[in-house]
This record gives sequence, structure tokens and C-alpha cells, in this order.
Amino acid sequence: MERIKQAFGPEVPGLLGFLALVVVVFGLTAPNFLTAANLGSIAYQLPELGILTLAMLIPIISGGFNLAIIYTANMAGLTLAFVLMQFGGVDAGVGPFLLGTVLALAVGALSGAAMGAVIAYIGAHPILVSLAMMIFLRGLGEFLTKGGDISGFPQYLAVLGHGSFLGIPVPLILFGVCALAWHILLTRTRHGFASRMVGSNLRATTYSGVHTKRTLVLIYTLSGVMCAIAGILMLSRFNSVRVGHGEALLLVTVLACFLGGVDPFGGFGRVVPVVIALVVLQVLSSGLNLLGANQHLATAVWGLFLVGVMILRWGAGRWKERKRGRV
Amino acid sequence: MRDFLRAYPAEAKLLVVLALLCALLSLASPQFLTLVNLTSLLNNNAVNLIWAVGLLVVLIAGGIDISFAVGASVVQYLAVMALMGMGGGGWAVGIALAMALGIGLGLINAALIHGFRIISIVVTISTFNAFFGLLMFFTSGKSIYSLPDWLSRPIYLWELQTEIGWADIRLPVVVMAICLFATWFLIRRTTTGRQLYAFGDNPEGARRAGINIWLMQAIAFGWCGMMAGIAGLMQAHITKEVVPNALIGRELDVLAAVVLGGARLGGGRGSVLGCVLGVALVAVAQNGLNLLGVSPYAFKMVVGIIILAAISTSNIDLAAMLAPKRRDRE
Repeated sequence: MERIKQAFGPEVPGLLGFLALVVVVFGLTAPNFLTAANLGSIAYQLPELGILTLAMLIPIISGGFNLAIIYTANMAGLTLAFVLMQFGGVDAGVGPFLLGTVLALAVGALSGAAMGAVIAYIGAHPILVSLAMMIFLRGLGEFLTKGGDISGFPQYLAVLGHGSFLGIPVPLILFGVCALAWHILLTRTRHGFASRMVGSNLRATTYSGVHTKRTLVLIYTLSGVMCAIAGILMLSRFNSVRVGHGEALLLVTVLACFLGGVDPFGGFGRVVPVVIALVVLQVLSSGLNLLGANQHLATAVWGLFLVGVMILRWGAGRWKERKRGRV
Repeated sequence: MRDFLRAYPAEAKLLVVLALLCALLSLASPQFLTLVNLTSLLNNNAVNLIWAVGLLVVLIAGGIDISFAVGASVVQYLAVMALMGMGGGGWAVGIALAMALGIGLGLINAALIHGFRIISIVVTISTFNAFFGLLMFFTSGKSIYSLPDWLSRPIYLWELQTEIGWADIRLPVVVMAICLFATWFLIRRTTTGRQLYAFGDNPEGARRAGINIWLMQAIAFGWCGMMAGIAGLMQAHITKEVVPNALIGRELDVLAAVVLGGARLGGGRGSVLGCVLGVALVAVAQNGLNLLGVSPYAFKMVVGIIILAAISTSNIDLAAMLAPKRRDRE
């Protein structure tokens, strides 16, 4: 138990408990909950929200925010779609797909880097900068597509969105790889350490010799790259790109981060609890769906769930304090 | 002049930018500086401004509110349902109801923030999801088209026929003016207002100085909720319908405008004038693009660029540039 806490963070046992509780409750009440079909659909739905949440995670850990994630993802998807369209739409080969992917990742990185540069070198508040970037990207996307959608992509893209490899859905594998990369980045690299330090105390980090401005630019660039991956996944899952696709997920990603125990002020946060929080959210929504509620009720439950968890954490904190006081 | 610059650096800069923009637009488009255009700008932005001053109070008190636009939708729906249930009602009942419901929603936020020491962005993102989800669930996304007569009839308070059409001022503009004045009075002319600034700047310091923290949160979020409620009713009055998911997404645009107007995320700074200028800059920019015949799809892109540019120049210190040269030896 203590070792789990040390390795993955103090939130993990609690969240796993929640997950078990939710699974048991739905397993007993919803007849089709514990079937392969339902678990499979969860596995296909999770990665999209999951990758976007990873894109939100690192900026929050650094004490900031990236409100532009959805539209960065849309713009990256749009880039890939444009390239595929140039090379014949449905008949486009693998070469154009690779080219489009590289360009999409570049677009994501560029928009992230622009945000990071304004945040780092001008010192403007990340919420404001990313908000402006969000409004700009949304406008740019709507300008380029005239509000319509682009569809008709090559057949092999369906493998990315709907295929499975050794029985594991391809999107889930993609999400797993991304989460693992983020985990390693945050726990094993200098940049990850610097990100957490920037979130704890920017000035102290600067004075201790870390190039904080470069760190900030890199944080938002990486976040942009992760958005681009999400954008490509969304393209292959829906077989279409529309600006505004996934809009409703923006605040859900923030919710998932907070649920996963990420400190809203920055400095603390781990990948593993956030991934578990994502699974809890997805299981909640799919269980409620099976019970006949719609996605809107699930949204409401997500919100109430976060409040409930925060209240429990507050209660636990007070209880600990009182115990310590007696000893 | 220099006092103004020193006290309101962001507002002064914004005023310069806005004046330049207006001057350019009035040269580029003959329609810009007409009464018809200016009054329609006012009519169209009344709701945003009412929200903006509500959010301003929360920002000054060091919080942030994401849930107000969704809150306004909830108030709209509940108020109209209640009014229909009462058999119609009237303006006095309607406004009172909207204010009360809005304050109620705001107090939910305040109670969660204060009671459990959760920071405001977490609470309001939760309540954003909860309010919106519950509203859509219970209404099944159905709109209300048959509003009471008094609510859906436009009220013209002043009108004038000009060569190119009618210039008019409608009820929402007057309500907006009252809201602006009330907010200005609250934050600049009352002890509570000073306490809100103090609390936003340094909560712990304020607490030790004997300020009632719970009261501050309740006033800030209650005020924001009240303004959201009023704005919701005005929106229903303008569009003559209640659509449960029409207002979602507006909160971030309003937030951008308010912060553009010099309110500091983190608390302790902000003014009603800044709010007006922030909303005005975005509105005038869109209006100008429209008059210049730019594609409507490009509007938001340009607005985004303007906000980015405004942020990027926000570290230029006008007061220092205008100051007489100081002798450094002193």
C-alpha cells in the first residue's frame, strides 16, 4: 500500500476504490455493464478524452492552463485533412498520410510554442493567452472551412480509429503510449522536474539556474503536439473534421486533471491518478448510458462527482490534522 | 492625466487603442460613426456587459467564475417556467425572480468554495458541468418559444429616425447602465468594495485585518450570479425565446474581454471602466470588420489576434514613458 502511494501518488488508492465501487454498482444495476461489448466501447471512447487531458495536464502542473487544446487539435486534424485532400481524398496513399501527420504535429507544436513564448517572455497570464489563442484558432478554422466539415478519407485510416491489435483497440494503444511517454517525461527527465518546479515557484526556479522561459515554451509546445495527436485520432474516429468537434470536452479535461489530484495552483500532479480518474469518468458515463440516462446527465454527474471528491479530500485533510493534533 | 495613467495603466492603454480603432474605422467606413450603428452596438452588447461587471467583482475578489453563462441559462429557464406558472407576471416580478435565482446559484458556488476550501476554478468548472447537465437533462434540450407577452415585446426607450434608418435605445441598455452604476458604486464607494479589493489582493492579510471571508465570497459570487440572472432575462427578452444551450461558451469570451480590460486574474485589480473598454474593443472590432465587408468567418480570427496583440503589448509602461526624466542619482 505504502509502496503504491510512493510510486504513483497518494490519490491512487482512493481513486481505485472509487473505480471499484462504480464498477460494482453498475455491474449489479445495469444488466449489460460487464460485457465485452460495453468494455470495448469504453476502450474506444476513452483515448480521445484521455489524450486531450494529457495535453491539459502538463500546463496545469506548471501552474498554467491551456484552454486552446480543442481548437489546436481541430487545426491539426484540419491540416492532415487538407493534405489528404490534396492527394486525392479517399485514394490518398500512405505517403501523404505521413506527410500530413508530420505537418499536423508541426501545426500543433507551432501554436503551442507561440502561446508558450507569449506566456514566458511577456509574462501574460496563461489563461488569458490560451483563451486568445483559442478564439484565434477557432476563427481561423471557421474561416478556412466556412463552418462546414471535411470528410472522405482513405480506408486505412479506419484502422487507427476503429481497429484492434492483438485484441487491444488501436486508439487505446495510442493512448497508452502517450500516457507512458508523459509519465516518463514527468518523472524521469530534467524537463519534467523543471515543469513541476516552475509550477511550485517560478522565481525560485529561475534563481536556481533553470532556464524557466525555455521550459515554459517547451511545456506548451509539447502540449500542442499532444493536441495534434488527439486531432489526428479524432479525424480517424469520425472520418471527418469539423472545427468545434469536441468543444464540450474542454472543461471535462480540466475536471479530469483535478479529479486525478493535480494541484490547481501547479507544482504537483502525476499521470497515473489522472488516467484512473479518466477511466472512472468514462465508466460513470457509460454505466449511466446503459441505465437509460443520456450524456447530459452524465455531464452533471461528472461535475457533482468532482465536488464530492473535493469535499472528501477536504474532510480527509481535516481528519488527519485533528489526529495529528491529538498525538 | 498622469494620475489616471498610473492608477489605470491597462485601461489607459485600452482607451488609446480603442480611440485609434474608432478613428481608423470612421475614416474607412462612412457608416461606422452613425447613430444607427452606435446604438445597435450598444443594444447588441448590453448582455455581455452585464455579465462582464458581474464577473469583474469575482475577479477583484481573487476568484474566477466559469459557470455564470450556464447559470444564466438555468435562471432563464426556471424564471420563465415560474412566470408562466404564475400566469404571466410582469417586469418587477420577472427581474426580482431572475435576481433571486441568480444569487442562489452564485451562493452555491460561494458555499462550496468557502465551506470546503476548494479553489474557485475547480468549483465553478464542476458547477458548470452540473448546471448544464441537469438543465439539458430536465429540459431534454427543448426550447421555450411562447414567452409571456410583456417579456417578448421589445421596449424602445428612445428612438430617432435618421436618413439610413431608426436609431433606438432599448430596455437592455438601460438595465446595463443601472448594473454598471450599481457595480461601480459597490466596488468604489462602499466599505465592502474596499474589502473586496483587499481580500482579492491578499486573502490571509484581509482575514487577519478582521474582514469576514465568508461574506466576501458570498458577496462576490452572489453579485456575479445576480448579474448573470439579469443578463439571462435580458437575453430572453431580446431573442424572444429560451434555448437551454444558447449561452454556453459565451463565458470564455466575456472572461477574455474583462481581463483585457485590466482585471487581474488572481485578484485585487480591475475597474468598471476597464470592463466597458474590454467589451467595447471586441465589439467595435467585429462591427468594423462587418462594415468593411470582411467575411464573417474571419471575425473571430481577427478578434483573437487583437486580444493576443493587446496582451503582448501589456508590459509597455505608458506612465513611465510619459513621466518627466528622473535623475537617477537621487
